[in-house]
Amino acid sequence: MTHVVIIGGGATGLSAAFWLRREGVAVTVVEKGIVGWEASGRNGGGATHAVSPLFAEEQRLWPLMDELLGYPTEYQRQRVRIGLSRAQLDLILEGVAIARRQGFIAHELDNRALRELVPFVSERAAGGVLLEYGGHANPQRTLQAYAWAVQDSGGVIQQHTAVGGFETAGGRITAVRTDQGLIGCDVVVLAAGPHTAQLAAKLGIRVPVAAARAEMVVTEPLALIRFGGADGNGVYGRQTLRGNLAYGGGAHEWIDLPDATTPRPVNSPVMQSVAKRVHELFPRVAHARVIRSWAGVVENTPDGRPILDRLSGPDNLVVASMSSVGFGLSPASGRAVAQLATIGRCDFADLSQLRLSRFDGLAADWQHQMGWVPWVHPKEAAA
Amino acid sequence: MALDPTSIAGKEYAWEAHVPLVVVGAGPAGIAAALEAAGLGMQVMLVDEHPVASALMGIDVPWMFGERMGAAVQNQGRMIERVVAARPELQAAFEAGVDVRLGVYAWSAFVEGPTSRALPGPVLGLADETRAWFVRFDRMIVAAGGRDLGLAFPGWDRPGVMGARGFAAAVGLYGAFSGRRIVVLGGGAAGAEVVRAARAAGVEVAGIVDVGVVEGMADVPVYAGYRVSGVEGAEVEAVRIARGDGSGALRIACDTVVLAVDVVPVVEMFDLLGCALRFDGTRGGWVPVLDREGRCSQAGVSGPGVSGPGVSGPGVYAAGDCAGVSDAALADPGLAAAAGRKAARAAARDAGLVAPEVEVGPAEMAPAAMEPDRDLWRRAWLGAHMGAPDLPICRCEEVSLADIAGVRPPRYLDYDAAKFADRDVRTLAAEGPLNQDQIKRLTRAGMGACQGRRCREQVQAILAMSGNQATGSVPMPSHRAPLRPLPLSVLAAFEESDAVKDNWTAWFGIAAQWTPHWEKVPDGLRYETRWKPGVEE
Repeated sequence: MTHVVIIGGGATGLSAAFWLRREGVAVTVVEKGIVGWEASGRNGGGATHAVSPLFAEEQRLWPLMDELLGYPTEYQRQRVRIGLSRAQLDLILEGVAIARRQGFIAHELDNRALRELVPFVSERAAGGVLLEYGGHANPQRTLQAYAWAVQDSGGVIQQHTAVGGFETAGGRITAVRTDQGLIGCDVVVLAAGPHTAQLAAKLGIRVPVAAARAEMVVTEPLALIRFGGADGNGVYGRQTLRGNLAYGGGAHEWIDLPDATTPRPVNSPVMQSVAKRVHELFPRVAHARVIRSWAGVVENTPDGRPILDRLSGPDNLVVASMSSVGFGLSPASGRAVAQLATIGRCDFADLSQLRLSRFDGLAADWQHQMGWVPWVHPKEAAA
Repeated sequence: MALDPTSIAGKEYAWEAHVPLVVVGAGPAGIAAALEAAGLGMQVMLVDEHPVASALMGIDVPWMFGERMGAAVQNQGRMIERVVAARPELQAAFEAGVDVRLGVYAWSAFVEGPTSRALPGPVLGLADETRAWFVRFDRMIVAAGGRDLGLAFPGWDRPGVMGARGFAAAVGLYGAFSGRRIVVLGGGAAGAEVVRAARAAGVEVAGIVDVGVVEGMADVPVYAGYRVSGVEGAEVEAVRIARGDGSGALRIACDTVVLAVDVVPVVEMFDLLGCALRFDGTRGGWVPVLDREGRCSQAGVSGPGVSGPGVSGPGVYAAGDCAGVSDAALADPGLAAAAGRKAARAAARDAGLVAPEVEVGPAEMAPAAMEPDRDLWRRAWLGAHMGAPDLPICRCEEVSLADIAGVRPPRYLDYDAAKFADRDVRTLAAEGPLNQDQIKRLTRAGMGACQGRRCREQVQAILAMSGNQATGSVPMPSHRAPLRPLPLSVLAAFEESDAVKDNWTAWFGIAAQWTPHWEKVPDGLRYETRWKPGVEE
């Protein structure tokens, strides 16, 4: 029987494990810490990605996930995009056009209609759009739901297990070396987020991803609005089902990942800018208290698009990086990865743009050339 | 090399001052530290949050005020006068040229580390009731004091149940206590402090209750070996107590219950600063790792006040209850003041000034073996009250003891209870070491507006007791800014630089990431920076 070892207990890896178990494939997920601990459990929870080849499947699957997994994800349908200015509204409509072209429906809202749906905005907002597609979920609860569903269906999740390398023979990976021993495998899925590059390098494969820190803030709970997935003004996020406003945006910080651990992602003064934009977006709840902030580490490929690819050498390796947009697409990306692991291709989406080989000609110092490296403040002493 | 315009590169956040030494907290330790440092020639800013907004008191931040603060606390000007009157040493600090900021929250600190390299140096976030601002600092003495130890009992979520520190502030600092007759829970040093303060303020003490012993207290009815079986009234009208086996049931009429089993070191600022913390039951829980002169240990930077290539970390020092509580220090504020002076001398010496040798006080000389294990008090208290599974532990998010033990989703969710029949804290422990932040994600315990102030220690102890493990082996849940819940309007009230405004993106802004997949990736790297904030003028 085929045994797939998935490296990385984040959204993509756990979803892949879930779909593989539905096909009866033996699965072991190896996670260096706790499932969903990093970016997969620290994001805005958005599930609305019209630019992705996985969009249609994302939209099809989300409404089914609570039942499929057996645990609540807090998934909510639909979103409201808010344009404070006409210029913002035009940008929103650019994005909406991409979904409309794929047959999805959205309704434009004037200020009054917008405020009926989202009473937190002011009468000065230019308008908004109600999406009849998309949605949002609770990342932490969803990640635990994936993990429990994998366990319930007989999959193995090994937390607190670090991967040190691979055993290969005849152009194939035969086992994954971990600090808890060797794990034999027929197929390996590398879905380790920002650490994917380091792990692939152990096989002599370059997966060009750069790591960055991004941050969010959350307020105390407020009365629930009708569509919690309301955002705009350059911040993304949602009102949670509990009532908190959880939003992020603004400058990210490129970081180094010198080893297999993820350093604690701290917040920066940017969090205050996030709060400032939430305040502009929702002036009617200016009194809402920010009770917490957090940050997470994500990875991006040079073109910002995912890598979902079954390689030819070794031919039993699937590389899966969602390039910083992983949570919302995870029901679909996991299913795609599961197919890449079992049948070597995806039968419901065109992944031809997402091959690793598109980066073959990339300069060795691409990160440096693009400025995707840590920026250190020039201190006065140096000035 | 190109710069990523949407990254943090080159984006400054203006600061209003750059101070060589900031002291956070103007209790006995902080004031003594500020005075000593000023006397040694340092320029000092002393920041204290009191008087805090009455809205914060309403959610038990920073202490458990239990809705027992009178209307006077809504008058901030009058409360500032009372704070100054209650802390006469502040006058000396003003006279010594210390820049004293009262009613100012130290809501964050940002320092360089592995995921934060873009700062000009250590930055402190301050705020009052109308705006937020930054100051840069070279050194910080944290004298943040202690906070109330929340411990559940039936009825502890009723108005009229407050904490030892909340009570001390109500009768002392604010002079605004609205009760008349209290029952004290806790027979140790913290309880004794409450009784002393009550007497000084003319408040009647109707009794002292403890699940264990009550240390000698003349003229007050003592109930040792009793637990709380309930609280009467929508607001406290009486407390019902009984022995562990249910015998000896009693009703004590009172309008306030003061939970004073212990005080907890306030270590949140150390956590933000990246200082090493350790669990020490004899010092009240998580405490900073200190050298003998009160210096903290920082993993992220190269040493106290040391600058290196590309990195400059602050020197951080700890003084008073935030460095660890003890019975001796609860009884004698002079010990905290001595610790404050010691930290100030270390800071001054690290800054290159001449400072006297540090004397080590008798309290610090006491061997740890002589100190009681305060962790046992928590366990004993919880053990005596855990018979009721619906006991509320996290009051903000309404998470009960049974919810935590069963790792159940929050109550606002529908879920299949059968799925959780075989899952609990023990099955979770079998999959890896128990982690309080994971319990928070699953149950929401500690995720509410009080930021876990009332439940952190309980959840830790409950997890440790369920896993039959040492309390300190359950890792500390993280602290995050803002350390005080601040309104959006306050955090929003600051001037942003053009670099931030002109290059704002909701997400990275990599153009190809947001063009449809059927379109080819454009040649050359382009960024989407058209998201200008705000409504049109």
